[in-house]
Amino acid sequence: MNRRFQISVWFAVVCAVVATAGCGPRETRVALGNRAQILHKGNGAEPQDLDPQIVTGVSEHHIIMALLEGLVTEDPVDLHPIPGVAERWDISPDGKVYTFHLRADAKWSNGDPVTANDFLESFKRMLMPSLATEYAYMHYVVKNAEAFNTGKLTDFEQVGYKVIDDRTLQITLENPTVYFLSLLNHDSWFPVHLPTIRKYGQPYERNNKWTRPGHYVGNGPFVLERWRVNDVIVVRKNPNYWDKDRVRLSKIYFYPIEAGDTEERAFRSGQLHATDTMISGKIPVYQKNHPELLVNDAYLGTYFYRFNVTKPPFTDKRVRQALTMAIDREAIVEKIARGGQLPAYNFTPPATAGYTARAKITPDLALAKKLLAEAGYPDGKNFPKTELLLNTAESHKAIAEAIQQMWKKNLGIEVELANQEWKVYIDSQRTLDYQVCRASWIADYVDPNSFLDMWLTGGGNNETGWSNKEYDQLIGDAGRETDAAKRLELFQKAEALLLDELPVLPIYFYTHVAARRPEVKGWYPTILDNQPTQRRR
Amino acid sequence: MLRFIAKRFIETIPVLLIVATMTFFMMKRAPGGPFDTEKQTTPEIKAQLEAQYGLNKPVGQQYLDYLGNLARGDLGPSFKYAGWSVAELLWAAFPVSLELGCYALAFALAVGLIAGIIASLRQNSAADHIPMFFATLGICLPTFVTGPLLILVFGIMLGWYNTSGWDFASDRVLPAITLGLYYTAYVARLTRVGMLDILSQDFIRTARAKGATEWRIVWRHSLRGGLLSVVSFIGPAISGLVTGSLVVESIFQIPGLGRFFVMAGFNRDYTMVMGTVLFYAVLIIVMNLLVDIVQVWMNPKLRFEE
Repeated sequence: MNRRFQISVWFAVVCAVVATAGCGPRETRVALGNRAQILHKGNGAEPQDLDPQIVTGVSEHHIIMALLEGLVTEDPVDLHPIPGVAERWDISPDGKVYTFHLRADAKWSNGDPVTANDFLESFKRMLMPSLATEYAYMHYVVKNAEAFNTGKLTDFEQVGYKVIDDRTLQITLENPTVYFLSLLNHDSWFPVHLPTIRKYGQPYERNNKWTRPGHYVGNGPFVLERWRVNDVIVVRKNPNYWDKDRVRLSKIYFYPIEAGDTEERAFRSGQLHATDTMISGKIPVYQKNHPELLVNDAYLGTYFYRFNVTKPPFTDKRVRQALTMAIDREAIVEKIARGGQLPAYNFTPPATAGYTARAKITPDLALAKKLLAEAGYPDGKNFPKTELLLNTAESHKAIAEAIQQMWKKNLGIEVELANQEWKVYIDSQRTLDYQVCRASWIADYVDPNSFLDMWLTGGGNNETGWSNKEYDQLIGDAGRETDAAKRLELFQKAEALLLDELPVLPIYFYTHVAARRPEVKGWYPTILDNQPTQRRR
Repeated sequence: MLRFIAKRFIETIPVLLIVATMTFFMMKRAPGGPFDTEKQTTPEIKAQLEAQYGLNKPVGQQYLDYLGNLARGDLGPSFKYAGWSVAELLWAAFPVSLELGCYALAFALAVGLIAGIIASLRQNSAADHIPMFFATLGICLPTFVTGPLLILVFGIMLGWYNTSGWDFASDRVLPAITLGLYYTAYVARLTRVGMLDILSQDFIRTARAKGATEWRIVWRHSLRGGLLSVVSFIGPAISGLVTGSLVVESIFQIPGLGRFFVMAGFNRDYTMVMGTVLFYAVLIIVMNLLVDIVQVWMNPKLRFEE
């Protein structure tokens, strides 16, 4: 009796397993996608929104690149500006006035033509103080844009955008800005369809419902089909896109998978064509077994530590220099980060828009010890109690522990690690409530200025308390310089000064490691990880 | 009975008010705000942003505004997910968590009750020790171990199920087991203890002496009394199960509620924090009420205290 009962229980369990397993798909998503030209892609965090003027993240940008197109786009191979909605453009001899000629066949996904006025209206919305767009400052190179955005100027007519006719838009800048065209690839410069935005809420306020599937009107190669929060965003080919013949994919599925392990398992089991990232623990496994699936692209960013130069002992330049010299960046990159990152001996990643810093940090242990002794701490004696602040994450902790060991071994300095939850850490950094802290910086646009102007006195992203008149002067001069070579020379001087003063300790330059199946073609690495979708197939 | 339920409902209003008040002020005390990011924006833009969401007003005023909106049933816009309102996000995610929670509960009850009953009938035999060993294991093993383990075996090695996602009926199986395992183990142990307690009582001996079958003894005589502790455990457990789990949801990539609970705090998404906390509070109150009712029905010894 009892035995029969037990047997029947097990029988039921087995039946249940077999029955439910049978409901699954016979073919993997990747295999189905290959036949139907559908790309399945891991995309990192769930997007905040799909309004290009409100979002701030990279995962949003990947999707918006598929839905909207700016005046220019970038060549997927070498990133030089190529025609987008504008088929050509003229630049005035003084480098301050850009005239864009829009193509006649550019259309919104509802069939309306894309006009110069659409861009003007979009830029106006971007700068409206009431919308409070976080990236409005990307427009500050334009004449009077900052004044309008901060409310000092209320007449939008005086801002440097001008509609000449339906197909001609003129933009006047404050100063000649050599990287202006590369800015235009940023979300904040994409057009939005104001009639649609007005239909679904207040145009200059947040919480507008225009970004929902069915509402969204865009001008990019794809249109929004489905958006299920924390599940998937689906875009399908836009039949109204001017360059539709070159678009090979019929659909793209963006999966907001934040957990790296989950994403890797989905890739391994044929649910994804491409991942957004690769957890560092899995990189050696792929390198050994499936190097053909691993992609490792340069990524325009720097991983570094900040010194709080307002707090002793870091007020002393020699201490900062000694600590910066006494770490083994190769070991960190090879043994801990393991993603093919480049050890950083300066701050701006090499070959950023033709600029590679000449100044370098020399990892000289003897000199480091000497500097530390001169600062009054021979062999680390009497070195004040120091805390190294991190935001809570295993990867940051592993690197910090290595550096902690290196400082102890090389300089005799004891440093304690302190973890803080993300927002607390951000707050501590902003209010200079730290001694040394971990940080990272990803460029907004491809130009050394994106790495160097953050160290200006009082800059919002300086956060070290460091201030140097000569440095401010050099960056200011570079901003006004029209000669490209002279301008880069000013950046060389500025970076040399930064590396002598060292309010920061560069550790490595980022790379972007991910897994991608060989069936995916036409996906070029871009240093801003922009991932243009037009030519992918 | 109706008076009892009505009374309990009226009691919930001050409870919710206290929960809302405490959450609101504790949240405001936490360092950092919803718009603090690694890349600092200009102070002017940040001020505009805070004005958009009324964060420039005094905290007392913000609190009153929030309560006012709440009274009108408006949970406000999410600060993090700018295009969505808190209510929309919660209502889209709740059915998913509810569905998964129900499967997990069904699994926990089916397996847990059977294992517990068998163990109690064959006390100190292999049929007792083996399920109880697994039950202890189930309680000890966290979901972030069992989840990936199940995926590795059934998803990757055997290829029976998708490793993640929420598209097919089969996608429910592994997450439901992962989520339900802990509860299964608990149910099994509670059932065993409850049943042993009943089985050792005189009326069971009488029933056995009268020649009642094992089935009859279990179903007719012991189960109702033996499961009282399971029922009081299940009530709050249901609220936990149907509000989702961040860990299970991120392992299996499920669009449920769980991640909002945790991430809202990390993001300082103030309205979302309030929304999730209140939602959870209401759910717990309702579940506890239901448990009270069921217990009264199951246990004639209990009487309503008027």
